[in-house]
Amino acid sequence: MHVLNNADSLWYFLPELWLSAVFVAIFLFDLPKQWSENRRLSPGIAAVGLLVYIALTLYIWEFPSAVAFHGMIAVDPFTNFFRIFSAAAALGAIFLSYKSVELKDARAEYWALLLGVTIGMPMLAASNNLLMIYLSMELVSILSFILVGYLSGSKQSSEAALKYVLYGATASGIMIYGLSLIFGVTGTLDAFEIRAFLLSNPAERLPLFVGLLMTFAGFGYKVSAVPFHMWAPDVYQGAPTPVAAFLSVGPKAAGFAIVLRFIYTALSLKQDGDFIPLKFVDISSLLAVFAVATMTLGNFVAIQQNNIKRFLAYSSIAHAGYMLMAAAALNTEAIQAVIFYLISYFIMNLGAFGAAVYVINAMGSEDISAFKGLSKRGRGGLIVAVTMALFLFSLTGLPPTIGFIGKFYLFSAVIQAKLYWLAVVGVLNSVVSLYYYAKIVKLMFFDEPADEQALSSQGFSFSGVLVGLAAATVIFGIYWRFLSVWTSASSNLLL
Amino acid sequence: MEHLPILTITTFAPLIGIPILALIPKAKVNLIRWVALLSTLPSLAAAVYIFFRFDRGTADIQMAEGPLNWIPAFNIQYYLGVDGVSVTMVILTALISTICIIASWGIVKQVKGYMVLFLLLETGMMGTFLALDFFLFFVFWEVMLLPMYFLIGIWGGPRREYAAIKFFLYTMFGSVLMLLVMVAFYFYSEGHTFNIIALQNLSLHQGPLSVEGGHAFRTACWIGLFIGFAIKVPVFPFHTWLPDAHVEAPTAISVILAGVLLKMGTYGMLRFNYQLFPDITVELINWIAVLGVINIIYGALCAMAQKDFKKLIAYSSVSHMGFVLLGMASLTSEGINGAVLQMFNHGTITAQLFLIVGIIYDRAHHRDINGFGGLASNMPKYAVWTTLAFFAAVGLPGLSGFISEVLIFLGGFKTFPWLTALAVTSVVLTAGYMLWTLQRIYLGKLPEKYKDLPDINRREALCLLPLVIIVVVLGVWPKPILAMMSASLDNINHVLLNPSNVATLIGWH
Repeated sequence: MHVLNNADSLWYFLPELWLSAVFVAIFLFDLPKQWSENRRLSPGIAAVGLLVYIALTLYIWEFPSAVAFHGMIAVDPFTNFFRIFSAAAALGAIFLSYKSVELKDARAEYWALLLGVTIGMPMLAASNNLLMIYLSMELVSILSFILVGYLSGSKQSSEAALKYVLYGATASGIMIYGLSLIFGVTGTLDAFEIRAFLLSNPAERLPLFVGLLMTFAGFGYKVSAVPFHMWAPDVYQGAPTPVAAFLSVGPKAAGFAIVLRFIYTALSLKQDGDFIPLKFVDISSLLAVFAVATMTLGNFVAIQQNNIKRFLAYSSIAHAGYMLMAAAALNTEAIQAVIFYLISYFIMNLGAFGAAVYVINAMGSEDISAFKGLSKRGRGGLIVAVTMALFLFSLTGLPPTIGFIGKFYLFSAVIQAKLYWLAVVGVLNSVVSLYYYAKIVKLMFFDEPADEQALSSQGFSFSGVLVGLAAATVIFGIYWRFLSVWTSASSNLLL
Repeated sequence: MEHLPILTITTFAPLIGIPILALIPKAKVNLIRWVALLSTLPSLAAAVYIFFRFDRGTADIQMAEGPLNWIPAFNIQYYLGVDGVSVTMVILTALISTICIIASWGIVKQVKGYMVLFLLLETGMMGTFLALDFFLFFVFWEVMLLPMYFLIGIWGGPRREYAAIKFFLYTMFGSVLMLLVMVAFYFYSEGHTFNIIALQNLSLHQGPLSVEGGHAFRTACWIGLFIGFAIKVPVFPFHTWLPDAHVEAPTAISVILAGVLLKMGTYGMLRFNYQLFPDITVELINWIAVLGVINIIYGALCAMAQKDFKKLIAYSSVSHMGFVLLGMASLTSEGINGAVLQMFNHGTITAQLFLIVGIIYDRAHHRDINGFGGLASNMPKYAVWTTLAFFAAVGLPGLSGFISEVLIFLGGFKTFPWLTALAVTSVVLTAGYMLWTLQRIYLGKLPEKYKDLPDINRREALCLLPLVIIVVVLGVWPKPILAMMSASLDNINHVLLNPSNVATLIGWH
């Protein structure tokens, strides 16, 4: 394995260095008074900075995989994938925030904080060391707390932030205790050394198991897996909608990245495409139990929601369950499946949140009754309703949408691993999800609007982005060869 | 590809109409209807072409297009083709679709959206019958659900929302099981493929799932597929979505549901259960026969109890689809040919029945059978059309329904004499509820308020005419349709009946 010293590592770390510079630049450019009044300047800088970040990532894509900074972070196609993914999520959040009425007074620090989280996410995905896992997770979490509570006048937003902080502090406290137990048993923080230790030494099962379970509490909190999901509905509801959209896509993806990396590098050994869990504990069953609880609870509770943000929060919990289900398969297909699903989830969930922001802006209500008769509210209403319907059907997993392809990959991994019961639970859950997603479709298309008003336009670019995301949902649902190749390349973990 | 991709045209031609429709202003309702009608004609023309060019002497796939690589990572292919199992269904779909556009002329609410969804639905139906790649099949199968959901939910009757979601959930439940079996096929077939023909060839030698091997596993997969298809047929006890969906759907959509969609269930069984698991099919054949007879009797009894004209027709579909199952289960040449002929005949006959219900509903705005009477006196032409269709449904000799029912009974008697004897009693039941309905609606005293109901108009007659011609012609001369299917069906039957072929090669006996 290629272990780099600090100086050589800098090249591998170039994208994050650049983004840190942009982070500072946003504040600097905000200093002159006449500039700070320009609402477009900070998001503009952030967006350009992210595009350059993506370009830099593509530049270093061809570098041979290596562990940088003496083993702290692993830079491999997997990490680079999450760099691009995080940047794309941040770009989406910037666009939604810029369009959102709630955030019309957002100042420079808001955009800078978004970038800060974006630095943290790929670092979490890259972490190869227990301490690094903890640090990057905190980087993501602490900045997210501020974003959630950003609407300083809003009681709901502050309440959500406080809940998020309390849950976050508890979860990370439990996690670091778990990490210290793992360190205590194995005597090392490095993922590869942990694996080597487990391979060669008869480990104490109980402390390791407890340590792992506690570590998973931290991971579970990040991906909002049951029973660590309780923060999600309140936070999604209270947070500015674009922030909720961002949390449901970006940090959640980073959480899945570290779950995959940690399990597949530190806790299992690759043999003929399958990952054999190391002797001490049946990780596959552990993840399967989490997965079943997560998707079932998410789906059944989503049925009863009346607030569109809470609705999407429970839906996002359910989707975390589907991805955990694939992670339980412990094979090469599973890594690709989760990566693929994250892309599809990114497109369809961002789209659904986008349509929700559009409707919340126009109707001034977060209640799902705001969607009533949406398709009959003029041309704008019809466009939003049709795109939203596509996103919802994609979330259900119906062809020809990317959501179906994503589910197809997930179930393929699970069936490949012969976890048939888990696959059956998974598909039955999708049937349940159809019920509540179709409920919104019914409101939009079958019901009559409360008044005759056409949906007020939010600008051409907003509906343009929705249509673009909807087009991507369908096009990738029919022809996804590019994604299939890219995700296959990105699932290449440094082992 | 040297020849014209006739099957691709058949499948995707309706989609060409969608962008054109999108450009037409909402107010030009008539133009929208004409464009939609024209969009269905290429498929109909292609179906006529297929009818004449189809080689009746072979059991092989014909006019195949592909297999072309679609997604190489999963070996997913674009592969269309027809054989004796699917060809009659393709022709039926094209015919019914065009008729339904004409029958939808009376739709006034959001005509554009209706026609767009309808054309999408037609592509989904065609693709389902033509696809020879399991993945492609599944995509078409599911694509059909979305337009159907909206067509019932927006243009349906008073309980449309309930009916739409019920239909959607039931079908989705079936299709997710199918999805899992499909993925299992891919992983456990030799050479990892979704290609149905390749999977069939594997099943002849060692079974497509023989890598995983276990008999229990193969049976579980068979049941997964069967439930998916049984919901569509619908087989008792999965039938409860049908009365709701058929009753609430607008006339043309009921026609599509009964005329085409139900057949997908039995088509799927013949294509997948029968040909991919011949051994398991033979093992479980008694169950198929029993379910078929339950459908026949239960459907007929339910129909008899209905007061709603449309619901009565809906339950008669349950009963008539039971004949298909019984014929398929008989494992005789007569039975299986009769079953597929019955699929075709039921499509043409039930389409007429639903159109007839639609005609009276448009005029009287209710469907209560007891609320009518004596309509024959002021709507004589309508009464004649109805009588013809009813007699065809009853199975009167000389009309097409008779031929397929006789074939099924002949085949059924050889294998299941007692069950078939039970099923034959339904002939009396069917005659009972059909003639009783005829009597209550058309004979007797005409209520005062219906004195001025106009008789059937030219457009309505135009919808019924081609169907009546087919029913009469096939009633006396069924050969053109039977000859198309028999080579393929006899081949399927041959594989099923040859235990050495099945048992030794699959090796679990």
